[in-house]
Amino acid sequence: MHTPWQAATAPLREPKELRPLTGNEAIARAAWEAGVRVAAAYPGTPSTEILENLATYPVEDLHAQWSTNEKVALDVAIGASFAGSRSLCAMKHVGLNVAADAFMTLTYIGVNGGLVLVVCDDPGIHSSQNEQDSRYYAKLATIPVLEPSDAQEAYEFTKLAYEISEQFDTPVMVRSTTRLSHTRSTVSVGERCEVPARVFLEQPSKNVMIPAHARGRHVAVLQREDKLKDYLATAAITSWENGDSSFGIITAGTCYPYVREVLPNATVLKLGASWPLPETLLRDFCASVERVFVVEELEPIIEKEIASLGIKVEGKRFFPRAGEFSPEVVRAGFVQAGLLPAPPSLNAWVPEPVVRPPVLCAGCPHTSSYMAVRASGARVAGDIGCYTLAVLDPLRGIDTCVAMGSSIGNAVGMAKAGETKPIVATIGDSTFLHAGIPALIDAVYNQADIAVLLLDNHITAMTGGQEHPGTGKTLRGEPAPRVDYEALIRACGVQWVRTIDSYDLAGTHQALREAIAYRGVAVLISNRPCVLDPIKIKGPPLEVKTSECTACQSCMNLGCPALTWSDEWFEGRHRVKIDPALCIGCTLCAQVCTIDCIKIATPAVTS
Amino acid sequence: MNEQSNIAASTREPVAFNAALAEPFNVLIVGVGGQGVIMVSKVLASLAQAHGFEVKQSEVHGMAKRGGTVFSHVRFGPKVWSPTIAKGEADVLIALEWAEGLRWLPHLRRDTGVFICDTKRIVPPFACRSRRPGAPMRYSTETAEQVSAYVSEAYAIDATRMAEELGNDRAANVVLLGALSTVLEFSLPEWERTVTSFVPKKTIAVNTAAFELGRNWIAEAKTAPPSDMPARSAPTQTNYTPRLEITDAWCKSCEICVKLCPEHCLELDADRIAKLVAPEKCTGCRLCEWLCPDFAIRVHLDAEQPALEAAR
Repeated sequence: MHTPWQAATAPLREPKELRPLTGNEAIARAAWEAGVRVAAAYPGTPSTEILENLATYPVEDLHAQWSTNEKVALDVAIGASFAGSRSLCAMKHVGLNVAADAFMTLTYIGVNGGLVLVVCDDPGIHSSQNEQDSRYYAKLATIPVLEPSDAQEAYEFTKLAYEISEQFDTPVMVRSTTRLSHTRSTVSVGERCEVPARVFLEQPSKNVMIPAHARGRHVAVLQREDKLKDYLATAAITSWENGDSSFGIITAGTCYPYVREVLPNATVLKLGASWPLPETLLRDFCASVERVFVVEELEPIIEKEIASLGIKVEGKRFFPRAGEFSPEVVRAGFVQAGLLPAPPSLNAWVPEPVVRPPVLCAGCPHTSSYMAVRASGARVAGDIGCYTLAVLDPLRGIDTCVAMGSSIGNAVGMAKAGETKPIVATIGDSTFLHAGIPALIDAVYNQADIAVLLLDNHITAMTGGQEHPGTGKTLRGEPAPRVDYEALIRACGVQWVRTIDSYDLAGTHQALREAIAYRGVAVLISNRPCVLDPIKIKGPPLEVKTSECTACQSCMNLGCPALTWSDEWFEGRHRVKIDPALCIGCTLCAQVCTIDCIKIATPAVTS
Repeated sequence: MNEQSNIAASTREPVAFNAALAEPFNVLIVGVGGQGVIMVSKVLASLAQAHGFEVKQSEVHGMAKRGGTVFSHVRFGPKVWSPTIAKGEADVLIALEWAEGLRWLPHLRRDTGVFICDTKRIVPPFACRSRRPGAPMRYSTETAEQVSAYVSEAYAIDATRMAEELGNDRAANVVLLGALSTVLEFSLPEWERTVTSFVPKKTIAVNTAAFELGRNWIAEAKTAPPSDMPARSAPTQTNYTPRLEITDAWCKSCEICVKLCPEHCLELDADRIAKLVAPEKCTGCRLCEWLCPDFAIRVHLDAEQPALEAAR
């Protein structure tokens, strides 16, 4: 009776076989089954696994690629749609900000081959810089946004999205959240259906957005929205579930299971699409119950729309606008609304908290880069990546962090505003390729006096180790041309370019001092691979000659997770020790040890 | 050091949910990145699914690789709605690390919850941040009594050490799966088949042994009288007032001490001589003394314990 789990891509042993899939795996499976031929994305938590999964399907079925950024990824998907193929573009919520330029005109153009945009929001900000609600973008672009509530729906809605896209000549957004993307539940999967390829439509009035064409297309977009409203009012993804009639709940997506968890017998209108909203259906539903509640995570988009129809509706009064929902949050809202009794107090014992934020890995090449940055006394514009963790104790080496590629532009602005400290922008390799190059050209063009530290660790590390144009490999692991950073940076007009190995702490200090002293744009490249990806690096571990350690804590200032306090003391401080299982032998602690008591461990210690 | 203990032993039978499970059964698995939390939850989810239950397994792992806290909610039953377990509603809490187990303890049902925790302590770098003399490590100080007063049934098991003795410390999570197998009523062959399908082929033998070790340990703990975890040595509190003696004539304004002082409490004055400008921040770590190439700085620890200083 026990059958082992099947990989998402394994051949079916029976029709509609049940597979345990995460939301992201379900979306990838659905896209493959729907006959997608081209898929593109830039990695971003929680969306990354969609493309990683698509790349495990046969290469003859579809082309899956990492693009340099989300806008390029969307343009690639649009191109594939122009050429008549079904295409997919996946991104995290903030990725849509980058892609928004193409996105807002794509809606006028519509599609030839179906185009689905999967956008994964991050309510609760598990791994992002904000928690914006992407549904506003769907409203802004006047396109439908489907909101699945579990992996099965993620699969079904994604397949349906292609049909809607081609039937209504519109891009369709499938909106996921961290919780849906990373929750695994069973999905009844099917086979790939080959969609007959369409031919390129030579139709400049639809494909070339000059003002004369766009004026007409805007009208078409508005008419399309009316048709979609009618469609969604009766579509199978919209369900009216009757129960207790004293109140009704309107909800969508991942809020639905929370509502069902706390109010199993309530009357619920579950919207499969949270934009556009079917007015007549909403009026009918609201008229059938005494009180109406809207339960939606983040922004009151549905609630505001219903209120604008002149219907009395309650929502954000009881359910917060910030943060992720949970059964507790939804229950608390209904308790406050007087529909549920207050739960008994848990009388919780709160243990003393142990702070355990994510930290840079043992041997992380960013550690020494930020040791140098910190010692430079500069004002530091940071960027998005693992190295953003250097804002925390003990490195404390970042003053600002806004968005992908912002560091260099921010540095230019600070320099032009007369900041008196030297100014350093720190940016990772993948982030530099994503959005840093135009900013670097801007800095050169406007002759800003800044130093840029390009932290090249040969991978997109923060999202789990994805390839990019600087790694020499594609998403599928095939060889690819590799960006030559020095040549690229010189071609941007930078005169001072130097590459160093950040494991040479003194050399990094010195090179950064020179870069800062240079008047104009200086770029220092730290060339040292990530210790986790693509290869987990593990050298011989180091050990502390404990009897010699003076407990000065100099090595502890690296924040290395392999270094910790021993049970021995010196002058009232803990002597340190090294965990041989975690230490990779990068030697940074030995380089900063003031009395040279950290050495390669004796051979007896292995792991 | 043998720290394992059945903090509050119980002789109750495994949870019989085959026929009677009306509400979802909630298992919360927690630990630190890299310990194998997700593997444990996959084994459990796979077992429950093979049993015909609806299963939801939810985790947030964006930062998991970087030593952060990792948790996975597994819920199974005839119908499961929410993917996450509400506070106070976990039936079982499996912790692969001691402080993480304590962090999530309020999620456990107080009346019937079962707590199974590895005594493995992974001390985060943040716990060792203070450079002040006598500073304690900022790690959980809760005692086993406090834990036992909070939960109905709890086991602190030296799973990592047991796995190390088998020759593979990465099998600690399977020791805990063995312990978990005594709580849930899936058959032993089902457990073993599922565990072996989730581990690399060449580690099947060690993982099977680890599973049995955990399973048998709980069986023994249920009959043995409760013991307690030994107390840890507390740091001796020492109080110093650091004082810097800077020989101006020897200072050549190189700024090494200024740049590398972890507390940023030194600056060059108008004559470009190093000066302690924020004495309240100085911890007396002596880093400036060690690093000064000209021996221009001496750090004195004026103290309530002058003996130590005299002994130098």
